[in-house]
Amino acid sequence: MPSQALPPGQAWKTRWIILKTALAERLAYRGDFALGTLMRFLPIITQIFLWWAVFQSLNPDAPQSASISGYSFHDMVAYYLLTMLGRAFSSMPGLSSNIAKTIRDGEIKRYLVQPIDLLSFLFWSRVAHKIAYYSVATGPFILVFFLCRNYFTEGWPSFSTLACFCLSLLLSFSLGFYLEACLGLIGFWMLEVSSLLFVYMLMQFFLSGHMFPLDLLPEPFESLVNYLPIKYLAYFPAAVFLGKIQGAALLYDMLMLVFWVAFFYAVSRWLTAKGLQRYSGFGG
Amino acid sequence: MSIIEIDQLTKSYRVYQKKEGLREAIRGLFHREYKTVDAVRGISLRVEPGEFVAFLGPNGAGKTTTLKLLSGVIYPSSGSATVMGFTPWLRDMEYRRRFALVMGQKNQLWWDLPAQESFRLHQQIYCIDPASFKRTLDELTDLLDVTRLLGRPVRELSLGERMKMELIAALLHSPDVLFLDEPTIGLDVVAQHNIQQFLKHYQEQRKITILLTSHYMKDVSALCERVVVIAQGIIQYDGSLSGITDEFSGYKVVQLQLALGQSHNGLERFGELIKTNPPRVSLKIPKQQVSKVLAEILNTYSVDDVAVEDPPLEEVIAKMFHSMAN
Repeated sequence: MPSQALPPGQAWKTRWIILKTALAERLAYRGDFALGTLMRFLPIITQIFLWWAVFQSLNPDAPQSASISGYSFHDMVAYYLLTMLGRAFSSMPGLSSNIAKTIRDGEIKRYLVQPIDLLSFLFWSRVAHKIAYYSVATGPFILVFFLCRNYFTEGWPSFSTLACFCLSLLLSFSLGFYLEACLGLIGFWMLEVSSLLFVYMLMQFFLSGHMFPLDLLPEPFESLVNYLPIKYLAYFPAAVFLGKIQGAALLYDMLMLVFWVAFFYAVSRWLTAKGLQRYSGFGG
Repeated sequence: MSIIEIDQLTKSYRVYQKKEGLREAIRGLFHREYKTVDAVRGISLRVEPGEFVAFLGPNGAGKTTTLKLLSGVIYPSSGSATVMGFTPWLRDMEYRRRFALVMGQKNQLWWDLPAQESFRLHQQIYCIDPASFKRTLDELTDLLDVTRLLGRPVRELSLGERMKMELIAALLHSPDVLFLDEPTIGLDVVAQHNIQQFLKHYQEQRKITILLTSHYMKDVSALCERVVVIAQGIIQYDGSLSGITDEFSGYKVVQLQLALGQSHNGLERFGELIKTNPPRVSLKIPKQQVSKVLAEILNTYSVDDVAVEDPPLEEVIAKMFHSMAN
């Protein structure tokens, strides 16, 4: 791994150049990129209407005062907006399928021949993708949150909650990256991973809290989902912001999140080493 | 000490035998038959520093597999090899900084960015100091005449221009050993020629060691003094290019220009007539009999001009591959 062979200054400079190059590449597709980024905001409208319909059916006369497991309509919209922000960090479009494609096409050779580390290269390319995304999406995000400010009935959270929220977003980025990298690396053993990815996306859709707050789930599902790493991708950051997790529970969840990042980091390293060994032994 | 030492190197693959038809496809879900393919079977070879060696052989002969073994992309099934003292498949970072592999149709450049950006990334990856990076880049772009293309996205370059950029990317870190897998594949004659000239010049200047595989005899005859012929995973020949003709071709081509009014009738008894375009006639004559037969012809016929040539190299090699396959 180059980071081991290089002095720290050099290794960071390499990461910086990878980041810069990937950023330049990202901006090469200006039109598609801008459109793709902005279109992601569309589902907000349908989601708000959907929840409005749900709350209206609960209390046709005063949907505003209805509640589901402690969530009012306003809470639900606020929650949804926050998970959207969380997913802007944790979702990794195309990462797994690109890794699998690199393996299938034999382009992985490059990482065997050049003094460059696959995972570190992909990580910094992905950081660049995200930076490019935020540079376009920050404006619309601010606008949407400003327009929907009345849904945040509690106002701004405390500074410490906000700091935890930011930390959880950064960690959820790492978790999302290493988790999806692991799925892509399975491509060393299976030529086609698209079905696997489909199952994962489906699970993520429901179990990350992207569709609804996970504390709406009945037992034993709620407890079960609590043990899974997927909830940290969307539910957890939103719950932290809304003050639903505090004190010891917050510390516990933060530590669990760090644990899962470390776990998937280790698994992805292991899969890369084993996969390359297998690739070198059988393919090429 | 040799820069590349290969001893009894073997590589076998296990491939899934897919049979035709839906029934067989369903059967394949439950029971798969595998076949072992011996891509390289006990190759031993020594290459000295500064040599430019060509690997020749039919498709599937084991040439690319050998290059992959030497660049550490795959592990051998048995045997050993060292390049500059490194065992390639241990993939030491130090080793990776000292060689380069260029595969004709594989891209190491970023498709949507100008080549310049990929080069800068290479500078960092290979820890090339800025001064020597600039010097090498200027020299290479100048030699290959692509300076004006450095700022153009790679996807907008022609195949030949892209290959030149690939070569620059591979040479920026001044490797001591270069593996080239069909570098001129798919290029037109002019682009092929340019790349050949560049490689020749670069190798002469830098005295680096190059191993090349190619199907174009022109590449090989222009660049390499030493040729290693691989077929069915075994080295069949190792020597000079002209030696191939001596070893594998039993005949010479005798071209006659007959005098005005001289008929070519009866010439077929001296050897196989390859081309009859009076007054020019070409004959295929066994090597040992050339002088005797030629004397007889000159006695019998009125001839203005004579040329004795080796058969075309492509033909010899095609014949050689054919006989090896059988």
